[in-house]
Amino acid sequence: MNPIDALFQRLRTQGRKAFMPFLTAGDPDLAATSRFAAALAECGADLLEIGFPYSDPIADGPVIQASYTRALERGARVEDIFETFSRFPVHNIPLVAMASYSLIHRLGAEAFLDRAAQSGFSGAIVPDLPFEESETLSRLAAARDFKLIHLVAPTTPRERARAIAQRSTGFLYCVSVAGITGERDRLPTELLDQLAWLRGQTDVPLCVGFGVSKPEHVRTLRDVADGVIVGSAFVRLMANGDPQSLDAVKSLARSLVEAL
Amino acid sequence: MSSALANQPDVRGRFGPYGGRYVPETLMAALAQLDDEYAKARADSSFQSAFEHHLKTYVGRPSMLYFAERLTEKAGGARIYLKREDMNHTGAHKINNCIGQALLAKRMGKPRIIAETGAGQHGVASATAAALFGMSCQVYMGEEDVRRQTLNVFKMKALGATVMPVTSGSRTLRDATNEALRDWMASVAHTHYIIGSVVGPHPFPKIVRDFQSVIGREAREQCLEQLGRLPDTVVASVGGGSNAAGMFYAFLDDAQVELVGVEAAGRGEGLGQHAATLSHGKPGVLHGTFSYVLQDSDGQTAAVHSISAGLDYPGVGPEHSYWKDTGRVRYTQVGDDEALRMFSTCSRLEGVLPALETAHAVVEGMRLASQRGRQDVVLICFSGRGDKDCYEVARLQGEEIEPLQP
Repeated sequence: MNPIDALFQRLRTQGRKAFMPFLTAGDPDLAATSRFAAALAECGADLLEIGFPYSDPIADGPVIQASYTRALERGARVEDIFETFSRFPVHNIPLVAMASYSLIHRLGAEAFLDRAAQSGFSGAIVPDLPFEESETLSRLAAARDFKLIHLVAPTTPRERARAIAQRSTGFLYCVSVAGITGERDRLPTELLDQLAWLRGQTDVPLCVGFGVSKPEHVRTLRDVADGVIVGSAFVRLMANGDPQSLDAVKSLARSLVEAL
Repeated sequence: MSSALANQPDVRGRFGPYGGRYVPETLMAALAQLDDEYAKARADSSFQSAFEHHLKTYVGRPSMLYFAERLTEKAGGARIYLKREDMNHTGAHKINNCIGQALLAKRMGKPRIIAETGAGQHGVASATAAALFGMSCQVYMGEEDVRRQTLNVFKMKALGATVMPVTSGSRTLRDATNEALRDWMASVAHTHYIIGSVVGPHPFPKIVRDFQSVIGREAREQCLEQLGRLPDTVVASVGGGSNAAGMFYAFLDDAQVELVGVEAAGRGEGLGQHAATLSHGKPGVLHGTFSYVLQDSDGQTAAVHSISAGLDYPGVGPEHSYWKDTGRVRYTQVGDDEALRMFSTCSRLEGVLPALETAHAVVEGMRLASQRGRQDVVLICFSGRGDKDCYEVARLQGEEIEPLQP
C-alpha cells in the first residue's frame, strides 16, 4: 500500500489528524534540510512536504519565494534533492514533493516520477497543474501507485471541486484562502463550510494548507480536516540553519502537534 | 479568417501543442469567467463598436502607413514602409490592448486594474486606460526597470496609478509578472489583470492578439489601398510578442507574404546574455503557458539580457511557438549594438526616434530590404517611439542629460 494511504488509514482508526510540515529543500543547504526533516519527524510530523525550489513560484508568498531564491542561489539542483532524500534516514513517514510543472516537464514526467519514487517520495503536489492539464501525469502516477495530490481553492466552484476531489489521490489539498501561501491571523469561516461540504462528496482525506501557522488555527481545523499543512511559519525559522533555528522549529512543531 | 493556422487556439487555449493553463487552482475560476465574458464580448457588436470608437477617437487610429524614403535609400533595395504604432496615444502599440481589456474589465464589473510592465509602455498604457474609464490601477515593475525607465514611472504616477517596484528574483519583467499574478490570486473578485503581451494562461494570449490584430488588419488594407499590393515581407520585434502577433495575424493566410519576427540577441550567445527565446529556448512552462522558454537543464527560468527592457523576457507567446514550429514565421535576432546604432540612424534619417524594441525590427527590416529589389516592399511594425529610451541611450553613449526625478 502507498505509505500515504497507510498513514491516513492508521490515523483514522486512531482518531488522529495528520501534522504535515513543509520545508524548502536546500534552504539554506541540503544538509540543513536533512537535519530539519529529521527533527520534524522526531517531533511528531506525520508526513513531510518537500518544496523543490523554483525560480518563478507564482502560488507562493514572500517567505517561501525568498527561501526558493536562497536555495537556488546556493546551487540547489533537482538531482541533488533526490539524492539527499534517498539517503534520508527517516523513511518511516511519507514524503510528498511540492514541485512546479516546469521542473517536472524539463526532466520528463516519467523520469521525475521514477526518480521521486526511488528517493522515497510517495506522492507529489504540482501547484501550477490544474486537473485539465494533468491527464498524462495522473496516468503515469497511477501506474506507479504514486499519489498526485490536487488542490481545491476557495474560489473553486462546487461542481469543479467535486471533479477535482474525484481525481485527487492520497489526499485533497484544500487551500484555505484565495491568494498566496503565508501566515495569516485567522482562517476564513467559508473554509469550514467548504470542508463540511467536501466531506459529503469524497472519501479522500482533506488536508488544509496556505495560511496555517498557529496552534489556534490547528485547533479550529482538527474537527473538520484530516490534516494540516504548515509551511511559511517553518520556512521562516529555517533560513539560518543554525542550532537556534533547529530549536525554534522543534518548539513550533511540538506546539502544533499538541494542538492537534 | 478560416485557415487552420488562423483558427487558433482551440477551446482549451491550445495553439497546436502550445498554450493552455498552468496556474494555481485559485485562478482557474477567474480564467473561466474571463473566457466566457470575452467570448460574449467578441460576439457583441456593441462591445466591438465601443472598442473601435475608442481606438479612433482616443488612440488616434488608424495609425499611418509611412514610406521611409531615406531608410529605403540607405538600405538600397526594397521600399521600406513603417506601420506607425508610435503615433498612437501613449506612443506605442500597447494602448490597443489596454483599451480593449479595460472595456472588458468594465463589462465584468471589476473596478480595479493591475498590470506588469517591463519598459513601462504597458504600465503607462494601463494607467491611461484606467484613468479614462475611472478605474484604480496598480502597476508592478521590476526595480531594475524602474531605474532604467524613470520617465515612464513618473508618467504612471501622474496618471494616478500606483507603481510597485518588484525586488524579488531578477527584478525585471519576469518577476513583475509573478507579482501581478500573486496580487490577482488574492484580488480576483474585484480586480482584472491586464496582461501586456500575448503570454500567460488561456485566454490571455488570444485576447491580447485579438485586440492587437487591428495593427495588421489596418496595415494590410493600407498596403492594398496605397500600394495596390501586399508587402513581400513583414517584420516585427518579439519580446513577449504582442506587436508581432497583432501585425502577423492578418497576413497568416497570405502565403506569399514572408513574416519575420526579430528577437533580442543581446550581447552574446550564452544563457543570460540574450533574450532570444525562440532561437535558443526549448518548450517549457512559464507564467501559466506552455511555450518556448529560456531555462536551465532543471527547468529554472534563465536570466536574460537585452538593451531593450521590452524585449528582456525569457518566455514568448504560445502562438509564436506554434508559428515557429509550423514554419509560418521565421524568427531572427538583432543584438544590442546594432539596435543602439539604429536608434541614431533612424532618428537622423527619418526624424523619428524609434523605441529600442522597434530599432531591433528596423535593423532586420533594412537588412532584408537590402537583399531585395526596388519593386519589393518591406513592411516594418514601428511598435513605439524612443522618447522613453533617451536617458538609457544617453547613458550608454556616455552623454549626460539631467535626470528626471520621478
